[in-house]
Order: sequence, then C-alpha cells, then structure tokens
Amino acid sequence: MVVEISCEEVWREISNYLEGEISAELHARMEDHFKGCKHCSAVLDGSRNVVRLVGEAGAFELPAGLSDRLYQKLDRKLLERRESQKEE
Amino acid sequence: MLTGPITGVAPSEAELIQRVLGGEEEAFRELVRPYEYAVFMAAQAILKNEADAEDAAQDAVLKVFTNLAKFRGESKFSTWLIRIATNEALMKLRKERHQRLHDSLDEPRKDEEGDYTPRDFADWREIPSGALQKKELRQALSRALAALTPKHREVFVLRDVQHLTIAETAQLLGIRESAVKTRLLRARLQMRDALAPGIDGSWSTGRSEYKQVRPW
Repeated sequence: MVVEISCEEVWREISNYLEGEISAELHARMEDHFKGCKHCSAVLDGSRNVVRLVGEAGAFELPAGLSDRLYQKLDRKLLERRESQKEE
Repeated sequence: MLTGPITGVAPSEAELIQRVLGGEEEAFRELVRPYEYAVFMAAQAILKNEADAEDAAQDAVLKVFTNLAKFRGESKFSTWLIRIATNEALMKLRKERHQRLHDSLDEPRKDEEGDYTPRDFADWREIPSGALQKKELRQALSRALAALTPKHREVFVLRDVQHLTIAETAQLLGIRESAVKTRLLRARLQMRDALAPGIDGSWSTGRSEYKQVRPW
C-alpha cells in the first residue's frame, strides 16, 4: 500500500526525482501519483523535456562571429609579446 | 553537426595541451574550439547581457592560455574552462557593482525560495526530432533563460546546459548543495512554464494544435 502524496509535494520533489536523488519510498509514491494525475504528469514530462533540450549541444544560439572574437584579447596579447621580443 | 574529436585522427586534448605549452600557439584554438559554447554559456549565465558575456569569455580564453601550465588534469579540461569562465564573469559582475544581481549568493529569499506553483499544465509529452533546428524554439529557449533570475540561471546553466554535477555546481558557486537543488527546481519549473505551451504548439505537435493537445 503506497501512501498518497499531494500535488504540491510532488512539485517540490520533481527536480530531485529527475536527478534520481530521492528515496525509493518517495519514488514509489510519486510514481503512483503520476499514474492518476494528468497535471503532475504534464509537469514531469515538460520538466524532463526542458532538461533534455537545453542539454543538447547548440540549444542556445551563440552570437554571430563569436568564435573568432573569443580569441581577440589573446591575439592582442600574443602580438604585443612578439613585438616586445623583437625590440629586445 | 556536432564536432568532437575523431578517434585516431584528431590529436588528444593532452597532446594539444603539450603542443601549446611547447610554444605551438596555433594549437590553442584547436584545443578550445569544442568548448567555445561552454565558455560563452558559462559567462552568459551570470552576466545575461551578451556583450558583457562575450567580454568575460574573451578574458577567460586569455586566462586559460596564460594558465595552461597550471592545469594538472585533476578535473576534466572542460570543467576547468567552465570554472575559469564562471569566475571571470563573477569578477566582472562584482566590478560593475551590479549589487542587485548578486546580493548574497547563498541567502534564501522568501519570494524566490518558496514553493513554486506551475502556471499551467500544458501537455508536452515529447520533443519532435529536429526540434532544435527550429529558430523559434531556440529563440524561445533564450528568452526563457533570460527571464530567470541570475542565481537560478547560473545554477540551471551549470547543471543542465554544462552537465556539471550538483556537487561541482555548488563548489563552483560557493553555495550549498541544498541551495543548488532548490534553485534548480525553480529554474526547471519556470523554464517548463515558459516552454510547454509552445508557440501555438508549433514545436510540440508539429502543427498548430496546442489547444487540442491539452486535455482540459
């Protein structure tokens, strides 16, 4: 017999549920809840989808041309270094 | 297409590091290229503003180069890069005295740490393949991320975008693991609220059937 759990309690633990960071007992209670609660199932599916989506490479767009600009400060520094070496 | 090292063809990370340390500066870009996204996202998570994030990311790249000899391989190279980028961004944030953005990183505030109630219960069962190719979805993701508060965003980006563990995230930000978990919960639920309804359901069903996919 699984002890019932409220929707509010489920929302509080849903992220830990996705992380697998809850006790077996709580896990069973939540599973049981999801079976009968469309609202919480929707929250679970959506949260899981968010984690999946943002975890994929390239989910967020980088500013155009960033790749080259990233090395600007370094390039400047290296150039300065080479020039000062020449002077010596 | 994802770019990654091709076994047997591309030089290993350790090899590249050795080449850079040996004076072969050109090898540095090859070493960092796979992590450009991670470096920028780490800075962006904290600074939000794109120009500031880019500036911090450039500082981070410079620092990675000058400190490369200090990398001992105790953590993954990517984690080390993310740490440097995060620190550069935090430093920039402090320098600019954006107090409201980083007022006490670890202190729970009632309005932000209390229970979060999902805004609606839009059904979003699966992600259609190729969803991320849609510009609207990527834009919606960026908007939703920007709408998080800085302390929720940084935790969310480090854990869910950069795949650091909860312990690593806590250590990097100097906060407790319990704080990471609380913030992660809110960030994920808020992102879901922003994204689950979709743009007329165009990415959740492939058609404009958002109202129909919701069972109530």
